[in-house]
Amino acid sequence: MNEATQYKLKLERLGYHQFRTMERHPTNYLCKGVSTGTTILAVKFNGGVIIGSDSRASVGGSYVSSKVINKLIQIHDKIFCCIAGSLADAQAVTKMAKFQLSFHSIQMDSPPLVKAAASVLKELCYSNREDLEAGFITAGWDKKRGPQVYTVSMGGMLLSQPFTIGGSGSTYIYGYVDAKYKPDMSREECLQFATNALALAIGRDNVSGGVAHLVVITEGGVEHVVVPGEKLPKFHDE
Amino acid sequence: MAAVSLVRCERGSARDVAPDWMRQELRTGTTIMAVEFDGGVVIGADSRTTTGAYIANRVTDKLTPIHERIFCCRSGSAADTQAISDAVTYQLGFHSIELDEPPLVQTAANLFREMCYRYREELMAGIIVAGWDKRRGGQVYTVPVGGMLTRQPVSVGGSGSSYIYGYVDSNYRAHMSKEECLQFTAQALSLAMERDGSSGGVVRLAVISEHGVERRVVAGNQLPSFSAI
Repeated sequence: MNEATQYKLKLERLGYHQFRTMERHPTNYLCKGVSTGTTILAVKFNGGVIIGSDSRASVGGSYVSSKVINKLIQIHDKIFCCIAGSLADAQAVTKMAKFQLSFHSIQMDSPPLVKAAASVLKELCYSNREDLEAGFITAGWDKKRGPQVYTVSMGGMLLSQPFTIGGSGSTYIYGYVDAKYKPDMSREECLQFATNALALAIGRDNVSGGVAHLVVITEGGVEHVVVPGEKLPKFHDE
Repeated sequence: MAAVSLVRCERGSARDVAPDWMRQELRTGTTIMAVEFDGGVVIGADSRTTTGAYIANRVTDKLTPIHERIFCCRSGSAADTQAISDAVTYQLGFHSIELDEPPLVQTAANLFREMCYRYREELMAGIIVAGWDKRRGGQVYTVPVGGMLTRQPVSVGGSGSSYIYGYVDSNYRAHMSKEECLQFTAQALSLAMERDGSSGGVVRLAVISEHGVERRVVAGNQLPSFSAI
């Protein structure tokens, strides 16, 4: 008679019976945040910026309305933005911003500054802050200040940062990006950093998923990198 | 022309003018973590207890002994978790005396689960049970809000845990040594404390193994810092 059986008999003698309890999933007592189902990020590296996002659009957290949506919007040649919040508000604002920016660029007879693009978005978000529900990450390259990353929060605050993350999936990767980010990374290191961060967020957030869209913006131009789901890095429990 | 609206005014009580920390329940909005390694477990927690915006206790000990080599890490309502762990400590002690041998970690975890599931509507408690027993070595069981029970090699909990899922997923490896686990836990907790307003203070760590329990404290100024911005 092995130890396990001995133990079981001991329990039975003492009056313990083994019940098979049906495991129920815990209900979510926490309320939903205002960000949409998404993970977006932008990171500065030595010579450029990488802006990235997942590709899932969901309705109510239970239906995936699109598996391959591109959330990286080009608002000028070397300036991209990605959205967090209501898709409708975001599309309206970026359309307006694109127009204003191209007009501004023609007036100045030179490509717009990334800060100008971020400011345009900020103006729109701030003046309409009661009605809008969208935040943006703007990243790009210009001749004056090189690579830059700006975040425009939902109320209309504008902040310049070396890197920034947003969307519902971003909560899960704050620790990871805080620990792993180093200033002046190379292009490959930065791509790996951004891909890992997106993969980790997609792994934990049910409303982020699909492929990882990454855009690398440098003085030389713009390059779109897509990492399909099965090529995303896998971690210890997968 | 000014519009006049008649609003019914209730006579205010002292409670209306009391600051929010006198009206809020005591919560361990927190970050807790437990990791299995060959030979035992490492558990860790921050040390902040809040009532609303006031930090009621900045040096709380959230690592509660349930038995000689079984601990639990508490998150959620401080009152609920203290009451549950007191009840389970009693039940487990009694069970251990009946059995005349040290209890299994799985038994302790099941007792927590029984209570958390039965009273799930009234309780707000997320608990990680970790310890060492002779049959299965170091084990970590998690009983989140709602009363589910599952065993995991590494588990994080509390409000600050959301921020470190990515870090834990990418940095955890199986078969780490005791020192590596301690380092990993301290770093993960520091990262969470830096981002979560309800977590902070010092990092309390404990190593539970066949040889007993070894407790450590990492003070605020000794924590690794990560701010790049």
